[in-house]
Amino acid sequence: MIIQVKDLHKSFGSLEVLKGINCNIEEKEVVCVIGPSGSGKSTFLRCLNLLEDITSGQVIIDGHDLTDPKTDVNAVRTEVGMVFQRFNLFPHKTVLENVTLAPVKVRKMSEQEARQNGIELLQKVGLEDKADVYPDNLSGGQMQRVAIARALAMNPKIMLFDEPTSALDPELVGEVLSVMKDLAREGMTMVVVTHEMGFAREVGDRVIFMDQGVIMEEGAPEQIFENPQNERTRSFLRKVYS
Amino acid sequence: MPNRINIDWSYALDAMPYLLMGAKYTVIITVFGLLIGFFIGVLSGMGRLSQNKIVYGLVTGYIEIIRGTPILVQAIWIYFALPVIIGININSITAGIIAISINSGAYIAEIVRGSIQSIDRGQVEAGRSLGLTGMQTFVHIIWPQAFKRMIPPLGNQFIISLKDTSILTVIAVPELVRKSQEVVAENFRSFEIYTAAALLYLVMTLTISTILRTIERRLDVS
Ligand SMILES: Nc1ncnc2c1ncn2[C@@H]1O[C@H](COP(=O)(O)OP(=O)(O)OP(=O)(O)O)[C@@H](O)[C@H]1O
Ligand SMILES: [Mg+2]
Repeated sequence: MIIQVKDLHKSFGSLEVLKGINCNIEEKEVVCVIGPSGSGKSTFLRCLNLLEDITSGQVIIDGHDLTDPKTDVNAVRTEVGMVFQRFNLFPHKTVLENVTLAPVKVRKMSEQEARQNGIELLQKVGLEDKADVYPDNLSGGQMQRVAIARALAMNPKIMLFDEPTSALDPELVGEVLSVMKDLAREGMTMVVVTHEMGFAREVGDRVIFMDQGVIMEEGAPEQIFENPQNERTRSFLRKVYS
Repeated sequence: MPNRINIDWSYALDAMPYLLMGAKYTVIITVFGLLIGFFIGVLSGMGRLSQNKIVYGLVTGYIEIIRGTPILVQAIWIYFALPVIIGININSITAGIIAISINSGAYIAEIVRGSIQSIDRGQVEAGRSLGLTGMQTFVHIIWPQAFKRMIPPLGNQFIISLKDTSILTVIAVPELVRKSQEVVAENFRSFEIYTAAALLYLVMTLTISTILRTIERRLDVS
C-alpha cells in the first residue's frame, strides 16, 4: 500500500472537518473522490501531502509517517505531485521554467538536464511550442496541463488532483482529462477529487463518496454509480444527474 | 523689503555651484539613507509576518514609533538627544543618514509586508507541494512577485524621503535648503534662489520616477 490513512481527524479551530477517515490506496490505483461541497474532499487531499497539518490520526505515504516529527516532509512531498483547481502556476516564470524550477532547486538536477526533461514533459501534455511563453498567455486548459507537467517533473510516485477541471470552460475540460487518462494508463497512482462523473466511471478503479467529513461509501465505479447502497450517496448522485 | 519687480535670474545662476553642492549632499544622504532603509524595511517587513511574537512585537513597536512622530523630531532627537545617552557626538551628515534610514525603513517595512501578503497563498502551496523548502519558496517564488508589486509604492517612498532631507537643515546638514538659506542671507534674493532650489528638487524627484519606471518596464517584459 502506497497510501495508508488511519483514523484521520482534521479540525479548523472548533470546526471538525474530517471525522475519522480510514483509507488505503494501492500502487497504480486511481481513486476518485466525490461528494457535496464542504464535505472535506480538498482537506482530505491536502492532508496527504501535509499542506494541512493533521489534527490526529496517521497518514503514511510510501512508508513515511507524515505525523512523525522526524519525517522529512519536503522529501516526501517530492514523491507526491499536486494539481490545484486554480492551477497556481508561477506567473513570473515561463512555462518551461515552471517545470524546471523544482528539479533544479530540490533535486539539484543540472539546468540542461532539467530543460531536456521539461521539454519532453511538455511534449507529453502537448505544449512544447509554449515552452518560452508566460502563463498569462495560456488558456485555462493549457495552464492546467502545464501544472500537470510541472508536478510530473519531480517524477512523483503519487499524483493528487483537486478538482483539476472545475475552473475550466467546458470546451477545455477534455484536453486536461485526456492527459490524466494517459497518466492513469501509464500506471500512475492517482487520487482525484472531481465532479466529472464520466471520468470517475471510465478511469477510476475505485470511487470514494465523502460526506460530512467521513467516507460514506466506497467501491468500484459501477457499484457506486449503478447500485449505491447509502441513501446519501443516492441523493447526491440524483442531484448531480438532475 | 525685497524688490517685487526686479527678478534677476543671474543671482540664481551665480549661486548655482553653491546650490549644487547642497544638492550633492541631498543626493548622498538620500541614497545612503534609502539603501540602509531598504535593508531595514525588508527585515522589518518580514518581521511583521513572523510567527515569533517577540520579533513581531519589536518590529511593530518600531514602526508605530516612527509613524507616530514627525521626522523633524526624529532628526533632532538623533542629533541632539541620542549623543547625551550614548556619550558620542554624531556629525550632522551621519545623523541625517540615520534619520532617513530609520524613517524610510518603517514605511518600507509596511510596503514589503503588504506586497508579500498580496501574493496568492496558492503560490506558496504550489511551491511547497513540489518539495521546495519554505526558504526556497520565498526566494524563488514569493519574493520576485512581491518585489514587482513593491516598485510603485517604493518609488513613492523614495521621493518622500528625498524631500524629507530638506528638514535636515535644522541639524545643520549642508544640504540644498541650508545652502539656499545661506545664499539668501547674503544676497537677499529669496525669490530667485528658492525657485532654483525647488526646481533642483523637481529634477531629482523626476529622475527617481524615471529610473523606477524603467525598472518596472524591464520587469514587465520578463
Ligand atoms: N483553512 C480553513 N480554515 C477554516 N475552515 C476551513 C479551511 N479550509 C476548509 N475549511 C472548511 O472545511 C470544510 C471542508 O472544506 P473542503 O474545502 O475540504 O471541502 P470540499 O469538499 O473540498 O468542498 P468543495 O467541493 O466546495 O471544494 C468547509 O466547511 C470549509 O469551510
Ligand atoms: Mg474542494
